[in-house]
Amino acid sequence: MSKFQKKRGKSQPEVSTASLPDIIFMLLFFFMVVTVLRDAELKVQVNTPEATELTKLEKKSLVNYLYIGKPTPKWQELYGTKPLLQLGDSFKKVRDIPLFIEQHRVQVPEIQRPGITSSLRVDGDVTMGIISDVKTELRKAGQLKINYSAKPRPE
Amino acid sequence: MKNEINAGSMADIAFLLLIFFLVTTTILEDKGILVRLPPWSEEEPDIAKLKERNVYSILVNAQNQLLVRGEPKDIKSLREDTKMFIANPQRREDLSEAPNKAIVSLKNDRGTKYETYLEVYNEVQAAYNELRDEEARRKHNKPYTNLTREQRAAIRAKFPLILSEAEPTSFGEES
Repeated sequence: MSKFQKKRGKSQPEVSTASLPDIIFMLLFFFMVVTVLRDAELKVQVNTPEATELTKLEKKSLVNYLYIGKPTPKWQELYGTKPLLQLGDSFKKVRDIPLFIEQHRVQVPEIQRPGITSSLRVDGDVTMGIISDVKTELRKAGQLKINYSAKPRPE
Repeated sequence: MKNEINAGSMADIAFLLLIFFLVTTTILEDKGILVRLPPWSEEEPDIAKLKERNVYSILVNAQNQLLVRGEPKDIKSLREDTKMFIANPQRREDLSEAPNKAIVSLKNDRGTKYETYLEVYNEVQAAYNELRDEEARRKHNKPYTNLTREQRAAIRAKFPLILSEAEPTSFGEES
């Protein structure tokens, strides 16, 4: 017993945990910034139509997104109100699709490449003209697995 | 004698916030209709060679109206009509010979709304899904989704979704 008594008498200083909250806060801010950014970069209005026969896209790393819709009010002055294609975070022409597909393809391990899916997130009010052009370009680029993104229909 | 406020619980509060953000910001879940496009070829597929009774042609014009096998039709009856065509339970002369010979041909205008196009696509897909499900229940007494891979493949081979999309016409106005 006396041994413990002695130690307590000396009283070593504790490790300060005061900086722990700061570290966690840093992590928190990191996540807040990263996750919010991705969504805010949409430059077109996309309100996908409703459907019933839906399949869930499993692997996010194997999916690339093509957005088609009217530019948001902020961008309408520059780009007008006609439906446009957005790849990544900027407006692109239909002929830029093969490069976009290729850029995504090289990031995927070779064995998983047949599973790459292009998700078309298209506004319901867009007419089929631009979508046909996009589809033709995708077929030419050899990207045949596509997904028409849709919302589940409320019963 | 130091009189500090205990900051030990600050970390827990921050952790709680962090976990809250991790849980709520699921980077939008994506669902949709999965489609396999045909490989690119310069010439159009020729559906004129096929027997007329095996082709279920759906035309959608720029006013989003449907013309199914030459008759105007409402989208609400499309699913039942498609099922009838594919399965042909009464062995009618004007409907498909067998489910695996049925071909759905879809043609739209450049001015057709995407919403309508997807709805038509959804109805055709739904017709096949329902037929496959009915077959699964009849044969195995189980819903289609509960079957093994081989059983599903066998049923899919019996009801293959063959959809041919023609190059769209361009009569309507594009927005």
